[in-house]
Amino acid sequence: MHPAPSVIVFTVLSGLGFGFLTFLGLGLPDVHGVEAFFYFAVAFALAVGGLVASTFHLGNPQRALKAFTQWRSSWLSREAWLSTAALIILAIYAAAAVFIGISVFPLGLLGAILSVATVVATSMIYAQLKTVPRWNHWLTPAHMLTVSLAGGAILAQQTAAALVLLLLAGGFQILHWVLGDRRFAERGHTIETATGLGDRGSARLFEPPHTGSNYLLKEMVHVVGRKHVQKLRIIAFAGMIVVPLAIVALLPVNPFTAILATLIYLVGAFASRWLFFAEAEHVVSLYYGATGSKPPYQPSFSG
Amino acid sequence: MTQLPAATDKKLGLVIDLDTCVGCHACVTACKGWNTENYGAPLSDTDAYGGDPVGTFLNRIHSYEVEPKGGGCSQTVHFPKSCLHCEDAPCVTVCPTGASYKRTEDGIVLVNEDACIGCGLCAWACPYGAREMDAVAGVMKKCTLCVDRIYNENLPEEDRVPACVRTCPAGARHFGDFADPDSNVSKLVAERGGMDLMPEQGTKPVNKYLPPRPKDQLPDMDVLTPLLEPVAEEPKGFLAWLDKRLEAL
Repeated sequence: MHPAPSVIVFTVLSGLGFGFLTFLGLGLPDVHGVEAFFYFAVAFALAVGGLVASTFHLGNPQRALKAFTQWRSSWLSREAWLSTAALIILAIYAAAAVFIGISVFPLGLLGAILSVATVVATSMIYAQLKTVPRWNHWLTPAHMLTVSLAGGAILAQQTAAALVLLLLAGGFQILHWVLGDRRFAERGHTIETATGLGDRGSARLFEPPHTGSNYLLKEMVHVVGRKHVQKLRIIAFAGMIVVPLAIVALLPVNPFTAILATLIYLVGAFASRWLFFAEAEHVVSLYYGATGSKPPYQPSFSG
Repeated sequence: MTQLPAATDKKLGLVIDLDTCVGCHACVTACKGWNTENYGAPLSDTDAYGGDPVGTFLNRIHSYEVEPKGGGCSQTVHFPKSCLHCEDAPCVTVCPTGASYKRTEDGIVLVNEDACIGCGLCAWACPYGAREMDAVAGVMKKCTLCVDRIYNENLPEEDRVPACVRTCPAGARHFGDFADPDSNVSKLVAERGGMDLMPEQGTKPVNKYLPPRPKDQLPDMDVLTPLLEPVAEEPKGFLAWLDKRLEAL
C-alpha cells in the first residue's frame, strides 16, 4: 500500500508517547515537581502530537468529533475514546505530581491501563482487516504493543523492563515479518476466487478498467520499495532493537543515554512502520492482476 | 449506525451476467452521469483532459482472459464490479462515525456524506474495491443502487431501476429482491448457478454473478485439408530446366 507519512508518524510517535505514559502512570519513575513536568511534557507531546498528525490524512477533519459515536462496533472509535480517557486521567495524575508533589497511584494505574488499551485499539484497526492477510493476526497487536512499551521503557529509564521488552519486541517483529510473508498465500485468495472464474480455468487480467490510475491503486495496490525490503528490515531491526538494547545494557542509565537510545529507536521504528504499510498486500490487488510473482497493474505514464 | 441489522426486509441487489456482458462500459458512463448529477457530492475528476486523468467511479469494468483447464481457446470475460451490498458488510462495522450504514428495509449499503470524515478505513475493509474516496469532496463514495431512482415516483416506471441496469444494451444487468425466491433475480441465480465473489472473505455478498457459459467445442470437421495436399513438391521437366537456368543467371 501507499505508506501515508501522517499515519506512520501518528502510530510511531503516539505509540511511543502512550508507552512512556504507561510507565509514568505506574510510577516508574515516580517523579514530582519540575522533574515530573519535563517527563510528562515529553510523553504528552509525543502522544498528542501523534494524534494530531493522524487527523492530517482525513478528508474532512472538521467532523473528527463524530468518530466518538460508534465505539460499539468500530476500533477507530474505541481508539478515540481510550486515547482521550488516558490523556485526561493522566493529565490529572500529572498535575497532582507536578503541583502538589503527590502520586495518586489508583489514578496512575488506571491511566497506564488506558494507555496500553489505546495502543491495542490502534493496532486492532489494522489487525481486524481480513482484506490485508499480513495484518489480520494477533501478532499485529503483539508487535505494536511491545514496540511501543519498549520505547516507553527506554524513555522511562527502566533498564530491566527495557531489556525484556526490547527482546520481546524483536521476537514479535521477526515473527510478524516471517509469518506475514506467507499469510496471503495461506489464506488462499487468488484471482480465481476473486472473479469466481476458477472452475473454468486459470484467469489473468486482460485489460484494467481504465488507462490511468484510481484511488484504489494509489491507496491499496501501490507497490513501493519492495526491492529494498531486506535492507530496510535490517535498518529497522538494528535501529529499533539491537542498538537501543546495547545502549540500555552497556551505557550508564541517565536521561542523555535514554534520549540517545530513543532517537535511534525512532529511526528504526519509522523504518519498521514504513515497511508495515509498504508491504501490506490488499486482496483488491487480485482484481488488478496481482499474482504471487507478478505485481498488479500500475499505470505507466504520468502527466 | 455502524452496527449491521440482524436481518433486512428486502435484499435488493444486482445480478451480473458474465456470459452476456460485452464490456462496452455503458453502465460505467450511465452510473457516473446519474451519480454526478443527483444524490450526494459529484463524482469528481482531476486532470480530466491532461496526461494523468484520475476520477471517482462507482462501477468499473475489468476484463479477464480465462485459459480453459483442458486446453483450447481462451475466453475473454468482461467483469463489471461495483458494491455487492454484502449482508455481512465489513465496511459498515469499521466506520467510526456512523456515516456508513446498511438499511434495514432493503439492505442497501449507503454513506451519509455529512457524517463522513474521509478516513478511508471502510475502503480498506472492502475486499472488492467498491468504495472510492472522492479527491475533491474528501468523502467516501460508493454505489447507492440508485436509491434516488428506484423509489422515485417522478420517474416513469421503467426508469425505476439503477442507471447501470437501465442503460445496459446487452441485458447483462438485472435488478431485484433476492429475499423473494420468486423474483427475477432469484430465478436467474437458481437457473444459472449465480456465484459470490471471494466467498472466503465471509462477507455474504447480495449481488451475484452468472458464470460465462463454456465455449462450444468444435468437432473435427476438417474435410478439405486432405484435398489440399501440395501436388508437386519439386518441379519436373520443363519447369525444372527453367528453374535451373534461372538459378544459374
